[in-house]
Amino acid sequence: MSDMLNSALPGAGFAGFVTVNEAGLRGMITLRGDLSSPVLAGVLKDAMGLDMPAQRRVTQAGTAFAAWMSPDELLLMLPYDQAGAMAQKLAGALAGEFATVANVSDARAVFTLQGAAVFDALAKICPVDFSDFAEGDIRRTRAAQVAAALWVSGADQVTLVCFRSVAQYMFDLLCAAAAPGSEPALYA
Amino acid sequence: MSHRLPHGGRLIDRAQPQNFTFNGKSLTGFRGDTVAAGLLANDQMLLGRSFKYHRPRGVVAAGAEEPNAMLGLGQGNRYEPNQCATTTEMFDGLQAQSQNHWPSLEFDLLSVNSLMPQFLTAGFYYKTFMRPRAFWKHVYEPIIRRSAGLGKAPDKDARDPDRYEQVYAFCDILVLGGGIAGLQAALSAAQTGAKVTLWEQTAHWGGRAPVDGMQINGQPAQDWIDATVAALQAMENVQLRTRCMGAGVHDHGYVLGYERIADHMPGTDAPRHRLWRMRARQIITATGAIERPLSFAGNDVPGVMLASGLRDYIVNYAVAPGQRIVVVTNNDDAYRSAIVAVEAGLDVPAIIDPRPVVDGDLPARARALGITVLEGRAIRKVKGGKRVTSVEICRQDSSGGVVERSIDCDAVAMSGGWSPVVHLWSHCGGKLLWDDAGSFFRPDPARPPLGADGAGFVRACGAANGHLQDVLADAHGCAQACAQATQAPGQPDAPAQMETPAEAPMQAVWMMPAQASYDLRMKMWLDYQNDVKVSDVQLAAREGYQSVEHTKRYTTLGMATDQGKLSNINGLAILSDALGQPIPATGTTTFRPPYTPISIGAIAGEARGPIFQPLRRSPVHDWHSANGADWEPVGQWRRPFAYLRAGETRHDAVNREVKNTRENVGLLDASTLGKILVRGPDAGRFLDMMYTNMMSTLKPGKCRYGLMCNENGFLMDDGVVARLDEDSFLVHTTSGGADHIHGWMEDWLQCEWWDWQVHTVNLTEQFAQFAVVGPKARTLLERLGGMDVSRDTLPFMEWCEGTLGGFDARVFRISFSGELSFEIAVPAGQGRAFWDRLMAEGADLGIMPYGTETLHILRAEKGFIMIGDETDGTVIPQDLGLNWAISKKKADFLGKRGMEREAMVNPDRWKLVGVETLDGSVLPHAALAVTGGKNANGQAQTEGRVTSTYYSANLGRGIAMALVRNGPDRMGEVLNFAGDAGKDIKARIIDPVLIDKDGAKQNV
Repeated sequence: MSDMLNSALPGAGFAGFVTVNEAGLRGMITLRGDLSSPVLAGVLKDAMGLDMPAQRRVTQAGTAFAAWMSPDELLLMLPYDQAGAMAQKLAGALAGEFATVANVSDARAVFTLQGAAVFDALAKICPVDFSDFAEGDIRRTRAAQVAAALWVSGADQVTLVCFRSVAQYMFDLLCAAAAPGSEPALYA
Repeated sequence: MSHRLPHGGRLIDRAQPQNFTFNGKSLTGFRGDTVAAGLLANDQMLLGRSFKYHRPRGVVAAGAEEPNAMLGLGQGNRYEPNQCATTTEMFDGLQAQSQNHWPSLEFDLLSVNSLMPQFLTAGFYYKTFMRPRAFWKHVYEPIIRRSAGLGKAPDKDARDPDRYEQVYAFCDILVLGGGIAGLQAALSAAQTGAKVTLWEQTAHWGGRAPVDGMQINGQPAQDWIDATVAALQAMENVQLRTRCMGAGVHDHGYVLGYERIADHMPGTDAPRHRLWRMRARQIITATGAIERPLSFAGNDVPGVMLASGLRDYIVNYAVAPGQRIVVVTNNDDAYRSAIVAVEAGLDVPAIIDPRPVVDGDLPARARALGITVLEGRAIRKVKGGKRVTSVEICRQDSSGGVVERSIDCDAVAMSGGWSPVVHLWSHCGGKLLWDDAGSFFRPDPARPPLGADGAGFVRACGAANGHLQDVLADAHGCAQACAQATQAPGQPDAPAQMETPAEAPMQAVWMMPAQASYDLRMKMWLDYQNDVKVSDVQLAAREGYQSVEHTKRYTTLGMATDQGKLSNINGLAILSDALGQPIPATGTTTFRPPYTPISIGAIAGEARGPIFQPLRRSPVHDWHSANGADWEPVGQWRRPFAYLRAGETRHDAVNREVKNTRENVGLLDASTLGKILVRGPDAGRFLDMMYTNMMSTLKPGKCRYGLMCNENGFLMDDGVVARLDEDSFLVHTTSGGADHIHGWMEDWLQCEWWDWQVHTVNLTEQFAQFAVVGPKARTLLERLGGMDVSRDTLPFMEWCEGTLGGFDARVFRISFSGELSFEIAVPAGQGRAFWDRLMAEGADLGIMPYGTETLHILRAEKGFIMIGDETDGTVIPQDLGLNWAISKKKADFLGKRGMEREAMVNPDRWKLVGVETLDGSVLPHAALAVTGGKNANGQAQTEGRVTSTYYSANLGRGIAMALVRNGPDRMGEVLNFAGDAGKDIKARIIDPVLIDKDGAKQNV
């Protein structure tokens, strides 16, 4: 099956004052429902070991993540090949609840940005105050003209998700933002 | 003559000479010069010609307020007009050209305009060009285009090679202006723990204080400036930025900053300009003050400068604008210029002061240097053409009829007092007070710009606040107030102490001499750049102009690129005097961003070239690109219009694709279609409201075509809905409509029916979706294997899911072409492999990809409508004969009420029919059916219009659809469609369904 599968921009990479790499396929599940419901929290914990994230936060359990997207929406992340089965499992466990589960793994492109000045590159395209943006925080925002979500995924590292169709635009945009010689020296 | 002094120049580095050119002439300046300083050092006093009269003009100021020294800079791709010489830093290799002269700067034929200024008075354009009308285009406009205007636009083929960018930033307190007030404000604010950003428009901190010889804490100002900058740089909570101008203050503390990173080092890999998009909780304007000119005859002759500007050139750049300098001033401050000039070894033959008695500290120091002070006197007139040669002196309290004496000189330093820079305070609604003592408008602290909480979010300090003396204490207090407003925890240290000599009161002088005769007033310039004189404003007042905003537009006072920084108050004063009212009763014009012009590049930011706008790509985009796709924009997507083979025209390719799809099998990339999951216990009820037809009765496993209208009943989207299970529907939308329909659904769910249990998820990009279309479509799918797609197992308008040829597939048996047709959705990541597989397996079946044009033709042959062709936002489903898709059973749906309105049920509405030309030709797009008469506006009477028109290779003739008045009742009638060149085209009304009316082909 793997030869039949492609992420949006396989292998795309750029080394500017921040490095930009397309991160390949990632399992993603949209879960909509009442995030304050104990049932939902219980299913999340049982099925994926994840705690319910607070507003604009990400929780992690092993290779799985739960990201707060809106008052009634989570983005669940896990290895790509587990997403289909997990979506079915969650849907089954939530039968009878007003909750919606959808596998959106293929609808997205994922980029990893690495470097001490990673916020300086992002500040050029995202209207976000990164001054207290820490590990475990997530923002749904825009990158120039398209929607994006981003979170701190490691030391000096940000993971950014956008829609698959605009992956090339996003990559070109990130390269421009990270162009050597254009460091704004704002956060770094 | 203007020249470089042998010593001094606090901002220049004599070890780094910089070669540059002016109008092709090679000149040398120093690192640290501005372009204006470099030109003056080379005795280049004449820099351009004025806008209307082509009068010779030279440098007036040393900063952002400069009206005259606008130059064209650079060559070719880097050429840029209207660059301000006083704010542009010198660099090696700089090329500058003067503007607005013809044929040359030194000899300008159009300066003859200056000999007849009575013909170019206020309202000249309005008055002169009304009659005769034909003269405008052929006589006046060509002359004015030659005569008026500033720099030339860059060559149309030139492309800016530089990079630009924008940055979003946030802070508690933003300080605009890095003079001593801004530095003290930033320091005090930072000491409270607030997050502080400080911007300074020039490359240097400290503003005027070092030039003016200020002492702070008993030391020269420069020492305190250096120490304060160092202290600020060491603080974690402070951002400092030079070459960054606060361009505009907007609502909610949004401030634009214009950073000129690389103007002085072109060709490096740094971006040229950066636009800061700052959100600040509190804003401090420490923008200083601008000196005002005095209005005397000939005050525009090159060599007449602001006293402060002249002082700047001597102290900062060691450039003397003249050897013999007459100072004329109504205040004590300008005596500093006389003192500086004498100390630099220059001659100051006299200081002309209209005040009857002058006895302050600074005048005393001037007198001690042996400078003559002429009290109660005025400059009657400046003599000289391209350069000051002398001034005539008269009594201030006179009409200027008697010349008391004449003084030879080559420069005049004038000062009419100072005006606080209130622009940034005013941008967002801050109001002003008139200050009688200083004769200026200053910010009214009781009426600041208000934020969302109703409290002020901008504070002014220092000279920008009208405090020309106790600058540091004012800045400190301002910072404390801002810190309190942002709940900063700490307390600042005490501010630094300033010692300034006492200054005697200035005297408001708006005209020199006070009762100047008309011929003198006609030579007193208020607005240098737009050539507006005292006599023009007085004329406007006599002609009935009372509002300052009207007078501004009538006379063009303050409407040039400098936005009246020098002319504003002087103009207001003249207007007020002419109207016989005090200045505050006249008020000011509106201050609008940006403070000085900013580059288009900075506004565009990164959005150019490949990232000008997002271009959406389907999972098969690269294959299309490699296989002859002729692209068509559909929303932000690019879709292949057709796939051109070697030697084919577009038309050839489309005809081939159209025939092959009906005869063999065609493949369409339909991935761009919107796919929205609608799920929840109330999903059926919700879709019954969204669609005109019934969706809740659809059985799981089935598909139904539906129409969506807005509240007015106008058709806005269509598509196939598949019911996935009891609670889930998959809604297909048009390619361009997906985001809008998703937003539309959420709008109704979140704002109107918030208690309905429905979720929507936009799955458009989760799937690659391909239409396999044509008589051999089923054969192809059977070859892939894994799913039973036979007629009985998967009948028309049903769907099923499974594994097709190893791919995770959902197969919809739907048709937009009238052919046997399957639309197959696979996860987007599998899309490219699946496409390749279909092309390979279908090779011997004659499979060919087809583009959007073939899609259109196939649907038009079947009489299917297309959103955006048959609809234009004014068309209801009934116009298109789609009554069958409008439920009569439902109590309500979006658009139901709208469709019942009088205009919508009018029997005369234009309705959809097919039309065929009598000669088989293709009708022009959007052609109108004309009836021969004219309407009340003299336009042709019409009774219909073409909505879709194509050449059908299957039928061998043109086919078209049209909206025609009572169309369906007029089958067989021949209409006249207006063609090109006035030729009518005859076409007959026919049934729009041209192929397989019974649907046998799609039903096999």
